[in-house]
Amino acid sequence: MQSVALEIPARAEFVALARLVVSSVALSRRELADDRIDDLKLAVSEACTNAIEAHGAIDAHERVTVRCEESDDRLDILIEDRGAGFDPTTLPEHPPVTDPDRLNFERGLGIPLIRSLVDEVDFATSDTGTSVRLTIYCGPSE
Amino acid sequence: MELGLDVTERDGRAVLSVRGEVDVYTAPRLRERLVELVAQGKHQIVVDLEGVDFLDSTGLGVLVGGLKRLRSHDGDLTLVCTQPRILKVFEITGLTKVFAIFDSVDAAVAS
Repeated sequence: MQSVALEIPARAEFVALARLVVSSVALSRRELADDRIDDLKLAVSEACTNAIEAHGAIDAHERVTVRCEESDDRLDILIEDRGAGFDPTTLPEHPPVTDPDRLNFERGLGIPLIRSLVDEVDFATSDTGTSVRLTIYCGPSE
Repeated sequence: MELGLDVTERDGRAVLSVRGEVDVYTAPRLRERLVELVAQGKHQIVVDLEGVDFLDSTGLGVLVGGLKRLRSHDGDLTLVCTQPRILKVFEITGLTKVFAIFDSVDAAVAS
């Protein structure tokens, strides 16, 4: 297994850099179609946004780690923050999209998107931070 | 990261053309522009997403907020988008049932 790690300040302007690095790694994989790379970029963006928001404005000097772990049959992306943890199983549910009250919810779409976009997702959260593992199954590197 | 935001008028509607990547960093600028337009009395807004390379849930949230704001003024926010990778984000979240999405500005303005 080989890995690439990126450490970014917990600030919004660095999420684009995380997307760029992950998509570059993903592009080198065989059997990974462009739309799957787009899916991974979006999932990474969502996870990094959550990580940065977990730190909040006062902890903007904290760091978020993005690690790409490459195996022959899979690509794992780990996004780790040191913010206050959260329980992904207790997120509030949105009203159905046909309910006018749905428009009161501008947030909370990130985790459902992540779950839809990658093959596996695992949240490990504690008082000292959260680690999100995104997995896509694919062929080995070129 | 640049976010292009250009406003034109078409048949009494404001057409907001968005270019670039919409994420947690750039979405506040999109929100500000929508708020400005509503404050100027523009209550029928077409948001053209054809120039958008990337859109995440932060961008979706801004569009949902814009739609809510406009509906409170008896207005509407419609979208123009034909790019599969952007449409997919609306489809996964079910927001294709919330927004009217057209394949051209002409079609959106004529609606």
